[in-house]
Amino acid sequence: MAEKYLMKGNEALAEAAIRAGIDGYFGYPITPQSEVLEYFSKWLPRKGIAYVQAESEVSAINMVYGAGACGKRVMTSTSSPGFSLMQEGVSYIACAQIPCVLVNVQRGGPGLGTIQPSQGDYFQAVKGGGHGDYRLIVLTPNSVQEQADMVYKAFDLSEKYLNPVLILSDGALGQMMETVEFKEDYVRPEFDDSWATTGKMTNRGMNTITSLYIKPEDMEKKNFELQAKYKIIEENEVDYELCHMDDAEIGYIAYGLSSRIVKKAVDIAREQGIKVGLIRPKTVWPFPKDVIKKYSEQVKAYLSIEMSVGQMIEDVKLAIDCKIPVEHYGKTGGIVLSTEEIIEKTKDMLNKY
Amino acid sequence: MAETITKNGQEFDVVWKKPNLQKNDMHYCPGCAHGTLEKLLQEVIDEKGIQHQIIGVSPVGCAVFAYDYMNCDMQEAAHGRACALATGIKRVMPEHAVFTIQGDGDLASIGLAETLHACNRGESIIILFYNNAIYGMTGGQMAPTTLPGQITSSSPDGRDPKLSGMPLKVANIVKEFDGTCYVTRQAANNAVNARKLKKAIEKAVDNSLNNRGTSFIELVGNCPSGWKLTPVESYKWWEENMLKYYPLGDLKTEGGIK
Repeated sequence: MAEKYLMKGNEALAEAAIRAGIDGYFGYPITPQSEVLEYFSKWLPRKGIAYVQAESEVSAINMVYGAGACGKRVMTSTSSPGFSLMQEGVSYIACAQIPCVLVNVQRGGPGLGTIQPSQGDYFQAVKGGGHGDYRLIVLTPNSVQEQADMVYKAFDLSEKYLNPVLILSDGALGQMMETVEFKEDYVRPEFDDSWATTGKMTNRGMNTITSLYIKPEDMEKKNFELQAKYKIIEENEVDYELCHMDDAEIGYIAYGLSSRIVKKAVDIAREQGIKVGLIRPKTVWPFPKDVIKKYSEQVKAYLSIEMSVGQMIEDVKLAIDCKIPVEHYGKTGGIVLSTEEIIEKTKDMLNKY
Repeated sequence: MAETITKNGQEFDVVWKKPNLQKNDMHYCPGCAHGTLEKLLQEVIDEKGIQHQIIGVSPVGCAVFAYDYMNCDMQEAAHGRACALATGIKRVMPEHAVFTIQGDGDLASIGLAETLHACNRGESIIILFYNNAIYGMTGGQMAPTTLPGQITSSSPDGRDPKLSGMPLKVANIVKEFDGTCYVTRQAANNAVNARKLKKAIEKAVDNSLNNRGTSFIELVGNCPSGWKLTPVESYKWWEENMLKYYPLGDLKTEGGIK
């Protein structure tokens, strides 16, 4: 049995990264993410692992670029306004195909917003965020345990596909304390770093890491190459969890913190004899389109539940080509969802459809 | 023992070797000293035999295509972010020398924060700062380093210090930081100065390999196209104006965080 720890989500994330063999962390303080940086500041220098508290998020993401392009396991973490600042670097990293792990412990926006939890950065996470045609692999934990587990997965996926992987968390998951166990049998998969800038040896040509393709034909080719990779990721890396979907008449769709509250709502509704179920995306890109499409043959309608005014709902509608009704229930600005309101909304929908 | 080569049955001492740059034509305009910087840097890499132990960063601006010329591993950076990339590289590859080649728009304007903080942390990197007092690649706009009265495409009546302040002397700023171990201003307007520049690069590479702190080499350069001058006229303007405002020489030869 692995040892159990009582930890904050932010701390569990950092500890998992150390256990996953991180080679460098570059970050900048911002609430509600700062414990990630603080945890690393304590442990990485003691272990002789690279750690820099950068002068800004802009610098932090570019330090990730530099170190990641040397084939090292590197990450940064931030919260919403900081992730906005990083978008330039994220776009460069995506094009230059540098493996790295990014963490956004979301808070309420837009603007300076609030330090309370939110899921308002969904569009930014899955639709690009920065400029150009690129995608991030986006993992969505819903517990402190998953805050840890998904770090290993994020590093492995980023190296498998030479693509930045985003862990899309939120202020509640980052700040809450729960018990967590760390993998004891984790082995880092084999990783070919022959593309990286490690110093030009005589037995190979020079390695150049760039996102500059000044000839349009070359840029187009690069884009097609990236799109081909994204297609493979969509085919292979979709991850989700199903809860009581077998006989559900209304299907809830929720990720991250929302999915925990929705699970509770499913239990309460079932006690009242209301047949509801939950599809919980564990990856929001690639999005679990197929399973949502499959259950659209069975449920009367979907209810997309997010801590935003309705962002993921667009992907739900696209997944089913708007064949059945899809409604949104959400809270925004740092307010957390209410199970009572979810059930109220469900009853309304059952009357309607 | 001097290296020799045999040609037509006769033995010659090698006094100079062409730097082992990539076989690409340089895009720099006629008369521009940018290429001289890369040639000298490659000479130093070749002579020290450290091709396997050096990584370069070339950010947006005329420096960006340096990876088409330099013969070592290179990373391209976003505008202004070279020193952040170099920090990331050096922190995970401490045995390697790491250099940036940056123009004045890149280093002194959009990337000033990254530059100053890298110097202040004493990152053991080599910052090669090509200062020609203008944005070259975008067509000759005013830079933070543009001289008072200098006409550019975005200061058509000449730089007015009341509107835009005085030219930023970055070398004078970074010499004050404990983190820098070597701060010097060099030029490449003649063979003597080019040789001095090469010596400076040699020293900076040693500093980076031995993790002594930040080396900052400002190459006071020219930009015939941006200045709207012929190569010959640009040399005259370079010597009469640039070298007067940005005097050459070492500003600091020892330092670094102990």
